[in-house]
Amino acid sequence: MILNAPFLLFALVAVWATFMVVTRAVAIHALLYLVVALLALACIFDVLGAPFAAILEVIVYAGAIMVLFVFVVMMLNLGRPDRLRENTWITPRTWVGPGILAALLLAALADALAMAPPDGGPVVVIDTRQVGLALYGPYVLMVELASFLLLAGLVSAFRIGRHIRGEDAP
Amino acid sequence: MTAAPAQALLLASMLFALGLLGVLVRRNLLFMLMSIEIMLNAAALAFVAAGMRWHAADGQVMFLMILALAAAEAAVGLAILLRLHAAGRPTLDADTGNRLKG
Amino acid sequence: MLALLPPLAFLPPLIVLCPLAAATILLLSAGRMPAPATRVLAAGAVGLAAVLTLWLAVRFLSAPPPTHRLDVVLWHWLRVGGFDARIAFTLDPLSLVMMLVVTGVGFLIHLYACGYMRGDPDVARFFACMTLFVAAMLVLVLSSDLLCLYVGWEGVGLCSYLLIGFWYAEAANGAAARKAFIVTRIGDAALLCGLLLLATRAGGLDITMLLQPGQPGGPVAEAAAALLLGGALAKSAQVPFQIWLPDAMAGPTPVSALIHAATMVTAGVYLIARLHPLFLAAPTIMAATAVLGLVTLLLAAGSALAQTDIKRILAFSTISQLGYMFLALGTGAWGAAIFHLVTHALFKALLFMAAGAVILRVHHQQDIFHMGGLGRAMPGVFAAFAAGAAALAGLPLVTAGFYSKEAILQQAWHASPLLWAGALLGAFLTALYISRCVFIVFLGPVRTAPTGRTEASMAIPLAGLSVLAITGGLIEMPDAIAPVHLLFRLLAPVLGPPPAEGGAEGGAGLLLLTGALAPLAGIAMAWVLWRPRAGTAAPAAGELARAARAGWGFDAAYGLLLVRPFLALGWLNRRDLFDRVPDLLAAATRWGAAVLGRMQDGRVRRYAGWIAAGTVAALCLAVRP
Repeated sequence: MILNAPFLLFALVAVWATFMVVTRAVAIHALLYLVVALLALACIFDVLGAPFAAILEVIVYAGAIMVLFVFVVMMLNLGRPDRLRENTWITPRTWVGPGILAALLLAALADALAMAPPDGGPVVVIDTRQVGLALYGPYVLMVELASFLLLAGLVSAFRIGRHIRGEDAP
Repeated sequence: MTAAPAQALLLASMLFALGLLGVLVRRNLLFMLMSIEIMLNAAALAFVAAGMRWHAADGQVMFLMILALAAAEAAVGLAILLRLHAAGRPTLDADTGNRLKG
Repeated sequence: MLALLPPLAFLPPLIVLCPLAAATILLLSAGRMPAPATRVLAAGAVGLAAVLTLWLAVRFLSAPPPTHRLDVVLWHWLRVGGFDARIAFTLDPLSLVMMLVVTGVGFLIHLYACGYMRGDPDVARFFACMTLFVAAMLVLVLSSDLLCLYVGWEGVGLCSYLLIGFWYAEAANGAAARKAFIVTRIGDAALLCGLLLLATRAGGLDITMLLQPGQPGGPVAEAAAALLLGGALAKSAQVPFQIWLPDAMAGPTPVSALIHAATMVTAGVYLIARLHPLFLAAPTIMAATAVLGLVTLLLAAGSALAQTDIKRILAFSTISQLGYMFLALGTGAWGAAIFHLVTHALFKALLFMAAGAVILRVHHQQDIFHMGGLGRAMPGVFAAFAAGAAALAGLPLVTAGFYSKEAILQQAWHASPLLWAGALLGAFLTALYISRCVFIVFLGPVRTAPTGRTEASMAIPLAGLSVLAITGGLIEMPDAIAPVHLLFRLLAPVLGPPPAEGGAEGGAGLLLLTGALAPLAGIAMAWVLWRPRAGTAAPAAGELARAARAGWGFDAAYGLLLVRPFLALGWLNRRDLFDRVPDLLAAATRWGAAVLGRMQDGRVRRYAGWIAAGTVAALCLAVRP
């Protein structure tokens, strides 16, 4: 296994930040850790030779989707009682079962990695042009499907959030 | 750096396991949604790593698909969350979801 | 013209089809058919079968096939390994005689039933069962394969059950039907076991194959014969299975006449006669048949002497006469048994129908001690009943019963004088009880005034059977009177040559004379005991009479020995031990469902946990298979 210093650094940051996301009691802290994790992931993408994915990760994920989360956290108007409640909900006992399950999953996946294919030589950067050609070449149908999915998400989010204040709720 | 997918895939596995841990442990729907985002990212990382190994653009195409999926999921999930909050469930407790009505 | 005639092989299936089609139509009509159409259809179908049988008989006898048999294979039923069962009919003299009896007497009884059942709301169901019975009985006597015969055997049993319980609204009738069905079922089980034994030994149930000479004897043959005998005993109501027949009188009188006197109960006799080589290979079973027949005939005659119900008298008389047939079978006199079967069918059907006519006229009164002097009010019925009674008693020379009984007595003498003496005592008792019945019912003071008149549809069969009951015996006579041997010679290809009337001419004559005197003595004694007197007659009191009236306590003994323990066993097992096993399975399923159901408690996180657990398990399997 060849260890690469930037990769290792970003991986450690990503795991650490993710662990913090899972364990935080304050929503906005968790969110910020999540942004850190996503940024670390974007750096990893770049290291792996996927600059387009890295940029998208920053713009769409850390930018757009996380901002959506932040807006929602603001609207929820969370405060001290919520933090205390989170602490009462996360007792040491609740960690046991999910911990075992997650460990088992990790063990199974790591075990499966023993069958990983051999290395494929030096990393080659796959630039935006190649991705675009693939996207609108063989994967054009999937783009359409993704647009359907986004449209569906849009419509349902609109429908669900329409009477959010209950003013004209039936 | 050589294109060794094993490390990247191990990282993806760890992130996925952590995300699963979050989904199972947290009772607050907001944190569950965040954990789900983590799991989706882990899957995306696996795709990108595979694309790196084979020097193909397909991995990043799949990343784009996951991005679209995550966006749609976040939009719907957060809308439901707000709706629940407005409907008198400010705790966003997932364990009381079985008492939903109407 | 000859070319237009259907081939002979076409007729037997057609004859079976006539009543079967009528039964099917009647069953499917579900009682919506108007009553006159029902009557015409049923009687017409059986009448057509009778006419066709007559035609068949004429053609068969005028130009008999070289082997005296006609095989009609309808289709192969099943072929499993070496076992081959066919739906096939064999027409030979024995089955021809049985067919003549079944369709001839059957037609007359159907005609009679048209009158007897007038006004009954369920007449369609009645005739459906009756015609179905005729079809099943024809299958029974025609089958050339024992499995096919068994179908007919069970079919007649079913019809018997349905018709005994015809008036099912009364609980007692249903109980009688169940009793008949269960008791005969015991014998059916024995018969089935016997058939299986034969099939495993011979590899098939074709009668011709089973009866080929050179079959091994030994214990297996004895066991098979014993099991077949068990089936025959139950069907023919012989000791120890005789208890069902008296109760079977709960059915309508035409049913008693057709099923429980003329045809179905003689199925056992037919079976043994048909399979007689199997019994010849088992001498102890033959001896047992003879002894059981004798015991039955004496016990039933004794019971008949004490009965007060006219139909029960005739029922016990039927058992007793069937005992004669079994006695004949046991002594190897197959021809005599069949001869008595034929004459008995004639005169017993006549007696039942005459009794039915009497019962209708005296408002369904069946106790003979409430009848009396009916001879003046209904001379025609009296004459018919008297003819039947005379034939039953065996009035010398002028009745059918005399000749058939004589044939049996002769054979019994040759087998063992002891059997002969018993049979002679039976003849005396027969004459005694039936004369008692005649004297009490038709002579003396009137106790219940009869009303109405007997219909023509009932009178015609009575008249026809009266003639047959008197003259039916003339087809077969002892040498001492006239050397007429029509029946025995006809049956010879099937049953072997008739036994020579051995002994000196004088010895045979003496036997004949003794046999003729016994019924006369019985009638004379009946006249002494029950001749018409002023005052009221009453049934005999006393221990012996009571025991005889109760059928010698067989019912009580079986109740104590079999029914009660069985019921007790059933009570002990009322929670049904064997159901516990499936219950265990059900409980396990329910428990598993409860466990799995707790997974579905509506908590999203649990669902996610289960999904993850399943995924992990699948992943482990996929990675390290």
